[in-house]
Amino acid sequence: MVTSPSDGTPPAGRAMETYDVAVVGGGPAGLAAASAALATGARVVLVDAGRQPGGQYWRHPIGDLGAVADLHHDLATFRRLVAGASAAVRLFGHQAWTVEPAERGFLVRAVADGMERAVPARVLVLAPGGYDRQVPFRGWDLPGVYTAGGAQALLKGHQVVAGRRVVVGGTGPFLLPVAAGLAVRGASVAGVFEANAPAGWLRRAGSVLPVAGKLTEGAGYAAALARHRVPYRSRRAIVAAHGAESLTAVTVARLDARWRVLPGSERIVECDTAAVGWGFTPQLELPLALGCATRVDVDGSLVVAVDDLQRTSVPGVYVAGEACGIGGAPLAVAEGEIAGRAAANAATAANAAGQPAVVVPSRLRRRRRALRRFAAAMHEVHPVRDGWQTWLGEDTLVCRCEEVTAGEVRAAVDELGATDARTAKLLSRAGMGWCQGRVCGYATACVAAGSGRPVEADLRGVAERPIAAPITLSALANPEGAPRQQ
Amino acid sequence: MPADVVVIGAGVVGAATAWYATRAGLSVTVVDRGPVAGGTTGAGEGNILVSDKPPGAELDLAMLSSRLWRELGTEVGGFEYDAKGGLVVASAADGVAALSGLAAEQAKAGVDTVVVPAGDLAEHEPHLNPELAGGVLYPQDAQVQPMLAAARLLRSARRSGATVHTGVEVTGFLRSGGQVTGVRTSTGDLPAGAVVNAAGTWGGEIASLAGVEVPVLPRRGFILVTEPLPRLIRHKVYAAEYVSDVASDDAALQTSPVVEGTRAGTVLIGASRERVGYDRTLSVRVLRALAAQAVELFPVLAGVQVIRAYRGFRPYCPDHLPVIGPDPRAPGLFHACGHEGAGIGLAAATGLLIAELIDGQQPSLDVAPFRPERFR
Amino acid sequence: MSHTFDFDGRAIPFTTGQSVGAALVAAGIRAWRTTRREGRPRGIFCGIGVCFDCLVEVDGVPNQRACLVPAAADMIVRRQEGAGRGHLAV
Repeated sequence: MVTSPSDGTPPAGRAMETYDVAVVGGGPAGLAAASAALATGARVVLVDAGRQPGGQYWRHPIGDLGAVADLHHDLATFRRLVAGASAAVRLFGHQAWTVEPAERGFLVRAVADGMERAVPARVLVLAPGGYDRQVPFRGWDLPGVYTAGGAQALLKGHQVVAGRRVVVGGTGPFLLPVAAGLAVRGASVAGVFEANAPAGWLRRAGSVLPVAGKLTEGAGYAAALARHRVPYRSRRAIVAAHGAESLTAVTVARLDARWRVLPGSERIVECDTAAVGWGFTPQLELPLALGCATRVDVDGSLVVAVDDLQRTSVPGVYVAGEACGIGGAPLAVAEGEIAGRAAANAATAANAAGQPAVVVPSRLRRRRRALRRFAAAMHEVHPVRDGWQTWLGEDTLVCRCEEVTAGEVRAAVDELGATDARTAKLLSRAGMGWCQGRVCGYATACVAAGSGRPVEADLRGVAERPIAAPITLSALANPEGAPRQQ
Repeated sequence: MPADVVVIGAGVVGAATAWYATRAGLSVTVVDRGPVAGGTTGAGEGNILVSDKPPGAELDLAMLSSRLWRELGTEVGGFEYDAKGGLVVASAADGVAALSGLAAEQAKAGVDTVVVPAGDLAEHEPHLNPELAGGVLYPQDAQVQPMLAAARLLRSARRSGATVHTGVEVTGFLRSGGQVTGVRTSTGDLPAGAVVNAAGTWGGEIASLAGVEVPVLPRRGFILVTEPLPRLIRHKVYAAEYVSDVASDDAALQTSPVVEGTRAGTVLIGASRERVGYDRTLSVRVLRALAAQAVELFPVLAGVQVIRAYRGFRPYCPDHLPVIGPDPRAPGLFHACGHEGAGIGLAAATGLLIAELIDGQQPSLDVAPFRPERFR
Repeated sequence: MSHTFDFDGRAIPFTTGQSVGAALVAAGIRAWRTTRREGRPRGIFCGIGVCFDCLVEVDGVPNQRACLVPAAADMIVRRQEGAGRGHLAV
């Protein structure tokens, strides 16, 4: 009955070479890292779950970037990075389910077409990106309610307009391109509802010159919205969704400074589609699996702590892009470029003896600094205030997968004595389902913290996922190259 | 005013001790440096097993505990008590013979056993590998959701007057002469008539704070959690090797398949045993072995996805028996730790016995086999 | 170029590279799964494989993320009830 498990090392003859650098993630940061590492002469493998490069930011229909070129920004950079990364061994459609230390560096273990494949590398650059942060509201699980990024992905990746009459809500500058894209492609956008009042944030952005591109980008979306007569309303939020089998209307309300609904301000807006987002959540499974140190960023997200060379606390592991602080594509590209250079240098220095100093051009350092300042300024005017919790009924779902209500999460705290997010999760099952808390982790941590804010340990408690992507038992039992069990 | 009892540890053993002590009319304070059920309790499957124990002191303890858990399931409730039964299977004739032999011995000790020939296995577990040679069914085996069990017992105890301090670390003991008279904690002293060491895997460290030695060591185990499924598996099903693995003294890795469904729909897959200290690193090698063995037992699981894995550290003693009872080397200190992988199952009986001993009653079971000073 | 796949007996057109989920949304279908506990309808939410809300049965295999699975001609896509695999329940 007992079988002999293999360690997944490919057998002789089919053994994959040990790369100098494995880059995980093919979005802006990952492409930049691969491109920069290749430029130093390193042997690079690029692993990404998607079927083509670009990540969420430069998402496009397969083989047809042109069809959605008008929805994109800075495609010149994308083309430059794709060209720069073209000499990498590219493993697309490979979803990393774990990474682990190995004899000569690391093994990235990915699932592709139902099989597991191990990719060995001396040094890792992790550029996993992020996804929309969500806070729950009544009815948010109705079909027709999408994340802002979901509506955007349908549009940019598949040329599908999510609905006919759309409302866009939440907080953050990302709402603008989502609304503009939907309007440009023919949806009637009934309004953009920004919970904060970010007017004037430009003044806080500090040094403006290096980020001029970001500013014209924002101005372009604003012009598109004006052209399509899309109303933009600040200090308002979508606080409830209505419908039987799918969305038919939302309640929009004015908010006070803490995001409590101003009584009497609620109004019903008819729509078949809502796109909501509240900033972004970095995807941290792989860095956490390796034990990388974290910190809480300005926007309340758990992020990986990195130094000037994008090095994490784990030797040989570099992180670039949203996973070390939500900051947008230009910052991700700058960080990727630095990480790629530094990682390649470390890997090739490990091959030869002696480690020459990495030279990061000062223009790159300056650019990263300016973009980080810009991102911090952006976060400061787009906070998530705890008043959203007052919108919830006791029966409002917090965890969509396990259908756990706000009342049940609160009971785990008030009645069962949970004093931290992880315990609240395990006692209520919020975050224990298919998505493993990717969607509700932040909200669960907030509800568990009550009027307080979740601390780093709380956020870690709902972010650690040792299995970073689902894998079938047969793929786990029979890695590529191992003799198949009967 | 000093409490009658301070319990160190808000895991399932501490919770059960607090519950029975409170019921006996004692005033109880529970302290834990972490959250409720944050240690080994939160990393187990919640087994209440009689099937995996040969006749002897531990089986007697398990039989008592099995009865107590059934009572707690109705008296306290809310922790998914499920009398699902256990099915132990063997892949070859000699394995079946050994299983049947063990079952016969267990039956003499009062365990309900049903020998299941190969041809009848499918009737009990339709998705079992049809090539298995036979097995034994144990109707008394049950399962609880362990974290909920601990949290519900503590909640019930609190309602009856107990106090629970989480996030409070015990840093030393209060002594009066040789007598233990309470604990020092990170937030102040807690004087008490009796102190219970229910610190699980960390029980040895607590004991050493009192100047006594109790050899509790961590034995790591991983569990795979599948996607939610309809009910595919009725019982806790495991292979005969599991019993010998539990009793093994080998530090190296042992794995044997243990597969069961849960109320939540996920299937839990164990079991591995390694003595590697408190190393929390995910071991792909162990996960592969668990996956392969589970598919061997239930071929239907081959295409099922794993969505989570976790590890825990069983509190293990060299003779594989728990440590339960007063410590004559430190009067006033009682131990309730070292239950290895059976802590959930044995918690109820352990709590009852400790409460009886502190309260000066005749214990429901002779605790001599579990005495803390037995190690040399 | 346009092809179709089968969704509960209905031919759903898709363009090359489109996901099953995107093609369903384009065809006006917004829900194709019910939840395990309350039987609530669900379809695409995050659209990028993170939330697992859009689970669907594709060619007999349940719990596939419709937003990730590329549509293919002659694919048989089925609505999914609860956890799927209902025929295996014991």
